[in-house]
Amino acid sequence: MNLTIGHLYPDLLNLYGDRGNIRCMVKRLNWRGIDANVREFQLHDSIPFQELDIILLGGGSDREQKLVCEELKTIQSDFRQYVEQDGVVIAICGGYQLLGSYYQMGDEKVPGLNLVDLYTTQGEGRLIGNITIQSDLFEMPITGFENHGGRTYIQGNQPLGKVVHGFGNTDDRSYEGVHYRNVIGTYLHGPLLPKNPHLCDYLLQKALERKYGKPISLEPLDDSAEIRANQYAQNRTY
Amino acid sequence: MKLRKKLAIFLSKAANYVCRKLGRQGVTWAGRIAVTIYPDILKELAGEVRQRIYVTCGTNGKTTTNNMLCSFLRSEGQTVICNSTGSNMLNGVISAFVLAADRHGHLDADYACIEIDEASTLRVFPHFTPDYMILTNLFRDQLDRYGEIDITMDLLRRAIAMAPDCTLIVNADDVLSASLATSTGHRTITYGISTPCPDNPASTSEIREGRFCQLCGEKLDYKFYHFSQLGSYHCPGCGFKRPAIDYDATDITLHQGLNFTLVPKNKEPVSLSSNYRGFYNIYNILAAYAGAHTEGFALEKIAPILKDFKPENGRMEHFHIQGTDVLLNLAKNPAGFNQNISAVMEDSSKKNLIVVINDNAQDGHDISWLWDVDLERFSGANINRIIVSGLRAYDMELRFKYSDIPCEAILSVEEAIQTMLQDELDNLYILVNYTALFGTRKRLKQLEEGEHA
Repeated sequence: MNLTIGHLYPDLLNLYGDRGNIRCMVKRLNWRGIDANVREFQLHDSIPFQELDIILLGGGSDREQKLVCEELKTIQSDFRQYVEQDGVVIAICGGYQLLGSYYQMGDEKVPGLNLVDLYTTQGEGRLIGNITIQSDLFEMPITGFENHGGRTYIQGNQPLGKVVHGFGNTDDRSYEGVHYRNVIGTYLHGPLLPKNPHLCDYLLQKALERKYGKPISLEPLDDSAEIRANQYAQNRTY
Repeated sequence: MKLRKKLAIFLSKAANYVCRKLGRQGVTWAGRIAVTIYPDILKELAGEVRQRIYVTCGTNGKTTTNNMLCSFLRSEGQTVICNSTGSNMLNGVISAFVLAADRHGHLDADYACIEIDEASTLRVFPHFTPDYMILTNLFRDQLDRYGEIDITMDLLRRAIAMAPDCTLIVNADDVLSASLATSTGHRTITYGISTPCPDNPASTSEIREGRFCQLCGEKLDYKFYHFSQLGSYHCPGCGFKRPAIDYDATDITLHQGLNFTLVPKNKEPVSLSSNYRGFYNIYNILAAYAGAHTEGFALEKIAPILKDFKPENGRMEHFHIQGTDVLLNLAKNPAGFNQNISAVMEDSSKKNLIVVINDNAQDGHDISWLWDVDLERFSGANINRIIVSGLRAYDMELRFKYSDIPCEAILSVEEAIQTMLQDELDNLYILVNYTALFGTRKRLKQLEEGEHA
């Protein structure tokens, strides 16, 4: 078996150790004897969505995000088709904001991919710190670090989880992220996947099942180091 | 008012003395006391510097560059004040001046060499503005504290605008520093390494900042990289390119310390060597040299200074403990850490390694930067055994695990050091981030002195 992971615009969207998410997916596939092929796409590259099994959309600075947003218009309809056909997407920080219809930054409205019915507005001050959330998908909490000026409103969509501590989508500390079909959008970096192997495996399983058209159960790995780091981060206070 | 100033200086010095006796860092506290009692203290003391004030900024290399510049100026017989410990926020800067003042409130200094944290420049420059500003480089660092590089560049641009007569001394190989200098319109002196260095064990998969032109947004073309985004670049959009280099380094070898030829524009080249390790230190030497040379010093006596330059601040600092050679170095962001890996690889002999990672406020609470480090290169560095330690040892352990490099996690730094000292191998590297530095260094110093006692 094998999976192809598409990393979108890593030259621009690569803040907060996003490469760690790629590395995590690749290693957890390889450790189970599954091949992983990572393809990086830069601005102006054409993206063959039908050849991709997982897409990672990371975060960038506001300036870099604006450079990307022009490009998004050209891939919007193919990307939407990929999502509606249950393609797996993991979108983090800026990438999460780009999933929605727009990001209102002061007077400027930066259009997004419009893949999920959500939008973002710039709030007062940045929401920064360690964050832990509880998702309905897993027993083990998801933990990471958030650092965002935008507040994201996910309309009627399912959140990724309920905030245990930290901020989440908005200032009210209620919910974090979004989960739509096989798309997960979240403000959690850290990077996200190494300390949350359950979430990583969930994405890998969904991608394998979609590709091979049958139920797949992943071989368990020794995750003691991952769990230690996850628990430590959950309990880290300053 | 005079009395108030004297009191400020007296109490500030007393506070510093007490802290030192207690084995603590009292520098920032001393500064805070002085400015609270006498708010104009920094402005007045800085005004007493007879010749010029240098400020060094940039993500990495500030302390080394600033201290080297200070010793170069002293070798020319100048009296120089310097915040040599690297306390580089407003209070640390105040302390450097106050602790150098006499009890009458006067300063005897020809020059001041002051390193300033980029984000603190806007708080320091209302007190004084520099005649020279050295900008070493700009890399991603502590994103939760400083925000993105774009924000840091904007801060620096505003600070530089407050000092209209200031000459900038910048690293031409860094597109971010060079385009920042260009956009200010200030007089600019450049240094750099014009051609690739075959000895430099550079990585090919590093995170590189600023791949897109700061001036027009087009993707930059690079002829080569030295490391990170430092190299020879050119913008196909607007034609911006690496500026001509005023102070160049050629014929670089790294086998036994640093050896190279320093080539000042239109002047005789100078052969230099240093026991100091790390390719990146060539940039620090060039920056310090450019700083002093631009001011008109011939710098004929620096060869022995450079040869024996011994930093005593945890930057490539050497200890000898119970038969083990220990090299301590600060590694606080991806670019710095990658350069540390290169420096470890410059030593081909077998070695042990301790990595200490904390996530206190001064380190930045966000440790995701560990994943922007090209840690995989350690697998080719002839390492026998690795211990990860510090508050975020488990994150570092995970980082190594996903590079297929085995390591042990020992949370207590003391225990980690003791374990390695008992190991048969007598070549130990310790890489630490910011808040781990002071405690680790203090402990190593104690262990070393215990040995000699």
